Amino acid sequence: MSDLHLGQHISRRFNEELEEVRTKVLHMGGIVESQLANALRVMVNDESELAKEVSRADSTVNSLEVDIDEECTRIVALRQPAATDLRLVMAVTKTTTDLERMGDESKRIAKMSRKEMDGALDDDLRADMEFMGEMVRNMLRQVLDAFARTDVDTAILVVKADKKVDKKYKKILKKLIREMSSDPEIIPSVMNIIWAIRALERLADRCQNIAEHIIYMVLGMDVRHIKLDDVLAEIEAQLEEESVE
Amino acid sequence: MTEQQKPQTEPLQSNHLPHKTAVTVTDLDLYYGEAQALKEINLVIPEKQVTAFIGPSGCGKSTLLRCFNRLNDLIDSCRIDGEILLNGKDIHAENVEVPELRREVGIVFQKPNPFPKSIYENVAYGLRIQGINKRRELDETVEWALKGAALWEEVKDRLNDSAFGLSGGQQQRLVIARAIAVQPKCILLDEPCSALDPISTLKVEELIAELKEQYTIIMVTHNMQQAARVSDYTAFMYMGELIEFGATDQIFTKPRLKKTEDYITGRYG
Repeated sequence: MSDLHLGQHISRRFNEELEEVRTKVLHMGGIVESQLANALRVMVNDESELAKEVSRADSTVNSLEVDIDEECTRIVALRQPAATDLRLVMAVTKTTTDLERMGDESKRIAKMSRKEMDGALDDDLRADMEFMGEMVRNMLRQVLDAFARTDVDTAILVVKADKKVDKKYKKILKKLIREMSSDPEIIPSVMNIIWAIRALERLADRCQNIAEHIIYMVLGMDVRHIKLDDVLAEIEAQLEEESVE
Repeated sequence: MTEQQKPQTEPLQSNHLPHKTAVTVTDLDLYYGEAQALKEINLVIPEKQVTAFIGPSGCGKSTLLRCFNRLNDLIDSCRIDGEILLNGKDIHAENVEVPELRREVGIVFQKPNPFPKSIYENVAYGLRIQGINKRRELDETVEWALKGAALWEEVKDRLNDSAFGLSGGQQQRLVIARAIAVQPKCILLDEPCSALDPISTLKVEELIAELKEQYTIIMVTHNMQQAARVSDYTAFMYMGELIEFGATDQIFTKPRLKKTEDYITGRYG
């Protein structure tokens, strides 16, 4: 399902400008992807030297956000985009905001993971966190693919995956609460873990946001704050309507 | 028009339009000699709203606009099939008096065309034709119409000067004042701003927004941003066919058809 009409504009320069912002978003997404991968290695494998990498990359992500936003403002002012072009520009500005915050959340994971966690971290919990980390990494990869290919089907998978991450997050949280109540000594370490997995859960939410921006960009449907089943029903109805036309 | 394209206008014909209907066009075909300029147009235009026709040159939008006050009657080779209802009445019915129809449906063209008369006489012209000659009545209507066209403050001290002394933008507003002086129901604007500078354009656009409180406005424009800014409904025409009709917000953010999309985003068709 990919029916965003990004054919050739009569203005070649306009084409190039739109293509450039899209490329920059994907570049920014790539950096955030590696930030998250490094942050997870800090968290799960204690490779604390990678935390610096995560921080360093963050300044690049920040400046890309500003850069892309400026470019979008320029396009709006000079080209007055309409329809798919307008939706692309709107989706891009929102996506960069989400990506920038994802960089921040990755930094938070790395920072928290460098602090004492060991007191509370058993193999079971480590495996759970690693699994949750993988889920989120996968979501980010998928959502960037969906953006590159303007692929609504993959975007929907990402929206669905967020629900699974939420479940996993709650499960880990329950476990941590049980441990805290049985041994108050470990509360400071557990708090660090909670901050880290909370950041991970927020990252998944941001992936979902981006997936929603993609659905808006491609189909022109605003699916934010709508239940997943209703989103799917609405998308189906729209596609049916389009196939009639 | 193919069967597949029909659903675009159907919702508007089945009482989904949140406004009263001003003009209903049914199965309208128009020929200039052998050449067909309009093909099976079906359209419902809401009352006291601004409806814009957009589309590439030669797509038939001006031709369609001129059908509404039967200006095409002046072209010998022109033949029309189909029906146009203005407030429920067939404008081609035998008992319709064309001058009266043109009073009800005023038109303003691309280039302002004031008469070689004073500002005052330009606005009073239509009234005099109707046989109104009382000075007081004329004075009142001229002032009211000039105020309605947002021109009064600029010309009130020189009403007897020639209309040609006004700027292009002022002349266009004068022509609009002349159109509203005879209290029409509907005003047709055929690219009303294409000969105007950006500031005059904004003034006329502002005026259009005010005029829709009282009149149904139908306009043709080449300026898509203007259609987006000014109109409530937009009709996209292409090669004599009505391709898509809908609320302007929808047409400019989420057109239903690729042809519309390509046109408003400036892509190769």
